[in-house]
Amino acid sequence: MTRKQKKTLVRIIVSAVLLILAYFLTSFVFEDPDWRIKLLCFLAPYAVIGWDILFKAGRNIAHGQVFDENFLMCLATIGAFVIGEYPEAVFVMLFYQVGELFQSCAVEKSRRSISEMMDIRPDYANIERDGELVRVDPEEIKTGDVIVVKPGERIPLDGVIISGNSSLDTAALTGESKPCDAEEGDNVLSGCVNLSGVLNIRVTKEFGQSTVSKILDLVENSSSKKAKAENFITKFARYYTPCVVIAAALLAVIPPLVLGLDWGDWIQRALIFLVISCPCALVISVPLSFFGGIGGASRNGILVKGGNYLEALSKTDCVVFDKTGTLTKGVFAVTAVHPDKCSKERLIELAAEAEFYSDHPIARSIKEACPKETDKGRLGEVKEISGHGVEAIIDGKRVCVGSGKLMEKDGVNWHRCHKTGTTVHVAEEGEYLGHIVISDEIKPDSEEAIKRLKLLGIRKTVMLTGDSKEVGEEIAGKLGLDEVYTRLLPADKVEKVEKLLSERDGKRYALAFVGDGINDAPVLSRADIGIAMGAIGSDAAIEAADIVLMDDKPSKIASAIRIAKRTMRIVRQNIVFALGIKVLVLVMGAFGIANMWEAVFADVGVSVIAILNSMRAMKKTEQ
Amino acid sequence: MKKTFKLIDLDCANCAAKMENEINKLDGVEATVSFMTQKLTVSAPDGDFDGTMKKIIKLCKKVEPDCEIVM
Repeated sequence: MTRKQKKTLVRIIVSAVLLILAYFLTSFVFEDPDWRIKLLCFLAPYAVIGWDILFKAGRNIAHGQVFDENFLMCLATIGAFVIGEYPEAVFVMLFYQVGELFQSCAVEKSRRSISEMMDIRPDYANIERDGELVRVDPEEIKTGDVIVVKPGERIPLDGVIISGNSSLDTAALTGESKPCDAEEGDNVLSGCVNLSGVLNIRVTKEFGQSTVSKILDLVENSSSKKAKAENFITKFARYYTPCVVIAAALLAVIPPLVLGLDWGDWIQRALIFLVISCPCALVISVPLSFFGGIGGASRNGILVKGGNYLEALSKTDCVVFDKTGTLTKGVFAVTAVHPDKCSKERLIELAAEAEFYSDHPIARSIKEACPKETDKGRLGEVKEISGHGVEAIIDGKRVCVGSGKLMEKDGVNWHRCHKTGTTVHVAEEGEYLGHIVISDEIKPDSEEAIKRLKLLGIRKTVMLTGDSKEVGEEIAGKLGLDEVYTRLLPADKVEKVEKLLSERDGKRYALAFVGDGINDAPVLSRADIGIAMGAIGSDAAIEAADIVLMDDKPSKIASAIRIAKRTMRIVRQNIVFALGIKVLVLVMGAFGIANMWEAVFADVGVSVIAILNSMRAMKKTEQ
Repeated sequence: MKKTFKLIDLDCANCAAKMENEINKLDGVEATVSFMTQKLTVSAPDGDFDGTMKKIIKLCKKVEPDCEIVM
């Protein structure tokens, strides 16, 4: 509790005691007291609890703020005094203050827990100066400096490990709780926690450019991009209060004047309206829900740039994927070895040796797949045949490794492979030994990701790729995607997304595009929601996307949509609940069924419940 | 120029909305008041940023006299 809140608490207690005393005095001590004595007795607790509200009301009227909640509370309670409802007047003010205090504590607490959750800002960096390790502000460190990170400390700046190895907890960045290993030469990101060994890191980015600063910036600025629901509420609040106050005035005057009914009764009903006229419950709970949702998402390694994107994401019914780097790993690897005449090991060993000097991605993946260390000594002359493969002398025998064309040129009797991908054939002394298939691997959770999206009610999943028809269609078939467009240049991708955008009902549904941020920035910004994945370290992607997935797991998209849907559900619940209760009590008040108590509940009680409800938005989702 | 300021004692969400509304009425000024982060973000023309800020402070005082902008 802050000092201000403590002060209010003391006043509440004093006022409550005085109120009980006043009640006791007027009921038992004085017999049938004069109204003046009664008023005096109740004015004491009222003054204790309400002086600041009275003061603020007066001051704000002087500033031209008429429909302000302080003024309305004063009007309501003074009105109660005027019609002789002394205890009620004090009670309403007391309750209002209790509610406000409770509300302020709840907001404070939620605000703190959200910012704690997102607090990945490192407090200091260790740097060696004059042979001594000193703690300095991370902002003082320049690129090229060497910092020391001890076990248990957070890495303050992005850099490269120059000595030491350790395991890192990247949960704050990616939501992944499994630690990852880091050793000399590895790039490390600020925000990770060093778990085991001491690390010496050469800083590569200044603090302002470090991952941690970028993430904090992004999350902190997210509340400036408001969702439609938020704008609706602030607009609504602007009209709500004046309307209710006018209704109260009419209620107080018309029935007694026109129908000749009792003035006191109708004024009391009007006062109930005044108490309910503050829109605070709505105005607080809706942004709080979005804030919580964005906070909860960032705990899962999903950065959302604003409430509006969360809103749009919840309406997504079509997800368009880029293939390479998004659904597939984007790195080539040997996916099949089909020997005709020798063992698998020998086939790949021969190919790896022949490709020994080659640095082509395909050659690299073959060498990586070879379990044995290649022996350069066995290798004789090597001839590279550009675009086709290599011809090498291994152990005195002529080995050809490459495309079908190379085989034909050599007169080798070769055959095609049924698997899609790039096929590398191997022949020794003109005799066909077999082939190796190299392709881009599908990420392990891609299939699961598509399944989960379907379960969440995504109507259409589409894949765009620059790759060949066979490869694209095979992957799309494996993953269960609805549509696939192949052989697209980057510009064609924009066109395709535009076509898909024009096909959907833009008011009710949104289209999300998921890419890895490498040359798909135009598409990311063209789609309703651009999602960039694996974005750690890629500035262009962070810039262009609306939602950034910190790691490269496509299944996070489903998590993001789930969080968005849950947040919107909570927002809607709060709007319906708060408005519903208010309208209900207003109607009951107009008919004389509700009293001041219910009115105070409809004001602050509803606020508190709505705040508690909106806290659910920040819950971490289970995977 | 875009700048962010911290707000102290911003107690009510409705006041934050009112403040934002008032500030945005200023010519060429775009502002957001976030009740959650207790922050005011102002983007205004470079020329007379300080003058604009003075006006903004006045407006905020009018809406919520208790709330203070940390410069």
